[in-house]
Amino acid sequence: MPEVRTVVIERTLAHPPEKIWRALTQPHLIGEWLMQTDFQPVKGQTFTLRRQPRPDVNVVVDCRVLELEPNRSLSYTWDAFGLQSIVTFTLEPSAAGTVLRMEQSGFRPDQDAAYKGARASWPQFIAALDKLVATLD
Amino acid sequence: MATSTDMLFKTLADPTRRALYERLCREGETTVGALTDGSGVSQPVVSRHLAMLKQAGLVQDRPAGRQTHYRALPGALTPLTDWTSEMASFWDARFNDLENLLGRMDQ
Repeated sequence: MPEVRTVVIERTLAHPPEKIWRALTQPHLIGEWLMQTDFQPVKGQTFTLRRQPRPDVNVVVDCRVLELEPNRSLSYTWDAFGLQSIVTFTLEPSAAGTVLRMEQSGFRPDQDAAYKGARASWPQFIAALDKLVATLD
Repeated sequence: MATSTDMLFKTLADPTRRALYERLCREGETTVGALTDGSGVSQPVVSRHLAMLKQAGLVQDRPAGRQTHYRALPGALTPLTDWTSEMASFWDARFNDLENLLGRMDQ
């Protein structure tokens, strides 16, 4: 049995769904809040998300569009650090604007990967280390 | 938990120690002598760093004759690489940036 992990983030945003949809699907806007990307709003389309938190660290996420319902929901695969996962955004209009929900389900395909995992997650670890080091005196 | 995580971070915050640990992760079990070669510091300094890595639970030593071998204990990184908490804090930060972007966008 693959190990399944899920992350859910939900936030009410004081903006209409149409506007949030643009931020989720237009590459130049995605680049401003998530990562640099060549995303295209086409089902089945592959794309990457990239960022460079440090000059010697390159984070690359391999993705493929799974589902797309304009102004309602967007789902794509998210493979990084040896871990396969699926990211799903849903937008629900509310009195205050829109409730944006992000759910990420992860699968670790190879169970013997403790050693490889530690190596694969090194860039992520360095990024976390940088954050913590910045808070130390 | 928080204390041991802090200790891991502090131990690995030193670039020489981090490089030694990273080498052990990449190359597997290695002698102190081999680790000293190319490290740019003397063997006593390497030994001192290895002792600190050992104290933090990041490496294990295996004396064999005149040589001491060290290997990385990758499980020690688990608190730092917990995927769920990493991703939760990642998305939380990204949503902050998204909210900021939405405030700057035209309707």
